[in-house]
Amino acid sequence: MSKYVSSSRLERILKAGHLGVTSECGPPRGSDAEEVTKKGLLIKDYVDAVNVTDNQTAMTRMSSLAACIHLKLLGIEPVLQMVTRDRNRVALQSDILGAASFDISNMLCLSGDHQSFGDCARGQNVHDLDSMQLVQTVRHMRDEGKFLGGDDIKRPPKIFVGAAANPFADPFEIRIPRLAKKIACGAEFIQTQCIYNIDKFKEWMRRASDRGLTEKVFIMAGMTPMKSVGMAKYMKNKVPGMDVPDEIIQRLAGVEKKHQAQEGIQICVEHIQELKEVPGIAGFHIMAIEWEEKVPEIVEKSGLYPRPDM
Amino acid sequence: MIIASKKPIEEIIQEITPYSRILILGCNECVTVCEAGGKKEVEVLASALRIFCLSQGIEKTIGEHTLERQCDHEYLEEIRNMVDDYDAIVSLACGVGVQFAAEKYLTMPLLPGVNTVCLGANEDRGLWTERCQACGSCVLARTGGICPVSRCAKRVLNGPCGGSTNGKCEISKDTDCAWQLIIDRLKALDKMDDYEAVAPVKDWSKDRAGGPRTVTREDVKI
Ligand code: SF4
Ligand code: SF4
Repeated sequence: MSKYVSSSRLERILKAGHLGVTSECGPPRGSDAEEVTKKGLLIKDYVDAVNVTDNQTAMTRMSSLAACIHLKLLGIEPVLQMVTRDRNRVALQSDILGAASFDISNMLCLSGDHQSFGDCARGQNVHDLDSMQLVQTVRHMRDEGKFLGGDDIKRPPKIFVGAAANPFADPFEIRIPRLAKKIACGAEFIQTQCIYNIDKFKEWMRRASDRGLTEKVFIMAGMTPMKSVGMAKYMKNKVPGMDVPDEIIQRLAGVEKKHQAQEGIQICVEHIQELKEVPGIAGFHIMAIEWEEKVPEIVEKSGLYPRPDM
Repeated sequence: MIIASKKPIEEIIQEITPYSRILILGCNECVTVCEAGGKKEVEVLASALRIFCLSQGIEKTIGEHTLERQCDHEYLEEIRNMVDDYDAIVSLACGVGVQFAAEKYLTMPLLPGVNTVCLGANEDRGLWTERCQACGSCVLARTGGICPVSRCAKRVLNGPCGGSTNGKCEISKDTDCAWQLIIDRLKALDKMDDYEAVAPVKDWSKDRAGGPRTVTREDVKI
C-alpha cells in the first residue's frame, strides 16, 4: 500500500518534509469561469495547491466545487473548501463524491461564517454537521469506504483532509484541546487563521508541540498581507477572532499611504521567514484576498520558490 | 416556557378587516408569564382595536375572554356557547393554542395575535432568552448543562467556532457565545477533560427533521 492516502501533491510535499505553500482563490459572484482561471494561472507555479473558498462571508458565489474543477482542468491542484452552513449530510457527501470523481484530492472542512453576514441574511442555515463532524465524515467515506448511512461506496473518495484552526479565538485555553479534537476527528493538515500576533502564535505552536500534536498533523500558518493601515484597523476591530497587534498598525501608519501596501508585503515576508524557523510549522497558507498577483512576490521573497517538483 | 411576542397592531388590524364580530382570546399560561397574551394583554389589545374602529368610523364588536389554557380540550370547551356570537377569534395564545382552538372550532377563522418565538426563560425584567429548541434528544449532560443546539448560532456540537471573541458570538456583541459558557461551566465543574470527547454526528431524526413528533405513554393512556 502506498503511504499516501490520495493523489494530492500537497500531501506528497508535506510528507516529504518540504514546507508546503498554498494560497486561495475566491470564486466570482457570477458564472464567468475566467475569473477563477485567471487568478489560478497567476499563482499556479508559486504554490502547491489553491484553496477555493465556499461562499465565503456567506455571500452567494459560484460553487466551490465547480471552481475547483475549472482549476483542475488547467493543471492547478485545488483544495475544496466546504462549509456545513449550507448543505446537509446528503448534499455534503454527494459533493464529496462529485469532487472525487474529478480526482480533486484535498478538502478543507469548515463551519462557515454565519449567514447573517452575507447577502442572504434572511435565509435558513443548515448546520446538520459541524466542521469536526464533516472531517469525520470524509475520513469515514475514505477509510471505511462507507456512507454515513452505512452503505458501501463504489470507488470511495481519496481525499487528503484538512481543517482550520484559529490560534487566537477565545477562549485561549481551549485552543490546544480544540486542535487535538480536530486531529482526533481525522484532520491531516491544518490551515490557520491569519497570523499577525507572532508571539502568541509561537506560544500556541509550542503548546501544540508539547502535546505531540505537531507530530500528528501538518500545520500551515495562515498569512494575509495588509494592503493599508485601514485594512489593519478593520481586521483588528471588525473581524471576529482576529488578533492584530498595535505594532503592526503603527508600522503601517508610519509609512506614506502609497507605500503601505509594499510595507504590508514586507511584514508578511518577515513573518514567514521568522515562522519558517519555528519547529512544527509545515508550511504557509497565503491568503491574499483579491490580491492574488502579489502571491508570487511573497513566495519568492520568503525563499519558498521554486516549489518542489513532486 | 413558550415565549411569544406581541404582533404589531397594524398586522392585527389588517387581519381582522373582513370580520365584524371579533373575540380576543387570551391564555393564562406561558403567554401570560411572558406578558404577551394574558388577560392584561387581551384588555389592552381590545381597547386599542375599539379606539381604532371608533376613530375610523368602523363598526365592530370586540369581545374579550381569557382561558386557563388554550392547549387543552377541557378549557377550550368553555367558549363553546360563546363562539356563535363572533365571526373570528384573535388568539393571543402560542401557536399551539391557536391551532388547538382552530381544530376545535372548525368553521371559526383563528388569527394569531402573537408571534411564537422560542422555548425560553425570563432572565431579567423585560428580557426573555431562548434555551431549548426541543431537538428531541438532549445533549445537556455532555455540554455542562448549556445547550449548543439552541444557544450557538451555528448549532456547533464540538465548538467553539473560530468566530468566538471575548465570550461573544460572531453574530453580535450582544449574544453570548454558547461554547464560552459551556467551557466556563466545564471548568467550574472541573470537567475540562470532557471537552475533548468528540460529539459524534447527531441523530436529528428526533428533531423536526423526523417529521411532526408525538409522545406516547402507554402507562398513562386510558
Ligand atoms: S439539546 Fe435539544 S432538548 Fe436539550 S436543551 Fe438543547 S435543544 Fe433542548
Ligand atoms: S461564536 Fe460561539 S455561539 Fe457563535 S456560532 Fe461560534 S461557537 Fe456558536
